[in-house]
Amino acid sequence: MVSIKESLQGLGEYVLLIGKAISVPDRWKMFWKQYVTEMFQLGYNSIGIVLIISFFIGAVICLQIKLNIQSAWMPTMVTGYTTREIMLLEFSSSIMCLILAGKVGSNIASELGTMRITQQIDALEIMGVNSANFLILPKVLGLMTIMPILVTFSVFAGIIGAYATTLLGTTSIAELNEGFRYEFNQWFFWCGIVKAVVYAFLITTISSYKGYSVEGGSVEVGKASTSAVVTSSIYILFSDIFLTNMLT
Amino acid sequence: MIEVKNLYKSFEDKEVLKNINTTFCNGEVNLIIGQSGSGKTVLMKNIVGLLTPEKGQILYDGRDLCTLSKKERSLLRREMGMIFQSAALFDSMTVLDNVMFPLNMFSDKTWDERKKRALTCLERVDLHNVGQKSPGELSGGMQKRVAIARAIALEPKYLFCDEPNSGLDPKTSIIIDELIAGITHEDKITTIVNTHDMNSVMGIGENITFICEGRAEWTGSNKEILSADNKYLEEFIFASDILRHLKQSYDKDNGKAEK
Repeated sequence: MVSIKESLQGLGEYVLLIGKAISVPDRWKMFWKQYVTEMFQLGYNSIGIVLIISFFIGAVICLQIKLNIQSAWMPTMVTGYTTREIMLLEFSSSIMCLILAGKVGSNIASELGTMRITQQIDALEIMGVNSANFLILPKVLGLMTIMPILVTFSVFAGIIGAYATTLLGTTSIAELNEGFRYEFNQWFFWCGIVKAVVYAFLITTISSYKGYSVEGGSVEVGKASTSAVVTSSIYILFSDIFLTNMLT
Repeated sequence: MIEVKNLYKSFEDKEVLKNINTTFCNGEVNLIIGQSGSGKTVLMKNIVGLLTPEKGQILYDGRDLCTLSKKERSLLRREMGMIFQSAALFDSMTVLDNVMFPLNMFSDKTWDERKKRALTCLERVDLHNVGQKSPGELSGGMQKRVAIARAIALEPKYLFCDEPNSGLDPKTSIIIDELIAGITHEDKITTIVNTHDMNSVMGIGENITFICEGRAEWTGSNKEILSADNKYLEEFIFASDILRHLKQSYDKDNGKAEK
């Protein structure tokens, strides 16, 4: 078990590293280049998995509600309404970010961990480059920028998935349309966006800290990668409770 | 010139560097030699500022690295170039981008001028037409040469090499040594090489600091090393076949008893 002292030490190191990372870049031109690259690598390359998962989860949620919850005494719009609310409030923001914590978190931790053990980070420091700022800040801002777009895609993919279930004949387009339009609260969409931005910050900073502070060899990089995913996921789940309570 | 004065460094209870005093001269290849675990890498890391010593001074032409402000330290680092044991090339970039990287970060020159400078550096280490390759496509020796090109891109005043011949065959090691010595003499920079390669010691060691158990036991040139009267240095030399034969013939020529 990790002792309290070690946990506090880890927290202190994390805060110091993020403090070092969040500073004015040495060269804005290089920063923008890195920022666009990270948006592409962390965000654009995740669009496929986001669309696939969201489409099928949207379809499955719709089917489950139709088959298990809807009954004769319930209005027909319940299936569409519930699917929309689940996708907007929880799945597309929190659960999708948990999935992305696995993909993006391990990617960041292993990249920075490998750079650490192959002395690439030392090389940056020797050159007089603020390595934390150069490597971490573009990842943090890149994912925080692209995550709301991914969440929006996820919501739409989920709704398309729900419409796809009409091909199975369990529900109709008219019923789903009614449910999707029923008492739509725009704020719920923005709640998902706010959550996604916070989770993007947590995923990138925690994974960067785990990777940046690796000591040893390839085994330690692997451990850091796993630890990044586990820790990011736990913090996402904790913050989900507070954010849900605060925002809705 | 880099002067190290009364330098101490410990890790928890273990004292790794004990009162190191030595001078690294300008325009010369300065070597730090010693057994594995003797503290030479820790000394190098202290000199370049990757570690902070407990006590002592590291003077870069009179500027104490330990007392410099963050900004001054950052500016000083732009006068340094370093070649790492593993070359430490950025594997997400091409060879040309690696060499251009310090220029892109710190030079105000135009992109064409920066590219021209990077290509000049690559030509200087005898690497033509590899600019668009990724570091992973190059051999170990070529990677070291790219690392040298990157290290000299900003025309540094101080060049640091951490075991530059590690993992290289003897012929490639000589090429790397000659490159380092050539750059040092032509550009009149202060070069510090951390090595335990005896070929390098005899080939390019103009000013040698021998580290043993965290102490600077001996300093001198490669011409003086065979006549050195130091027990630890003799033990170190006798571990190398090349130097043992040289030392034995030196002792024989000078009428000393054969060991």
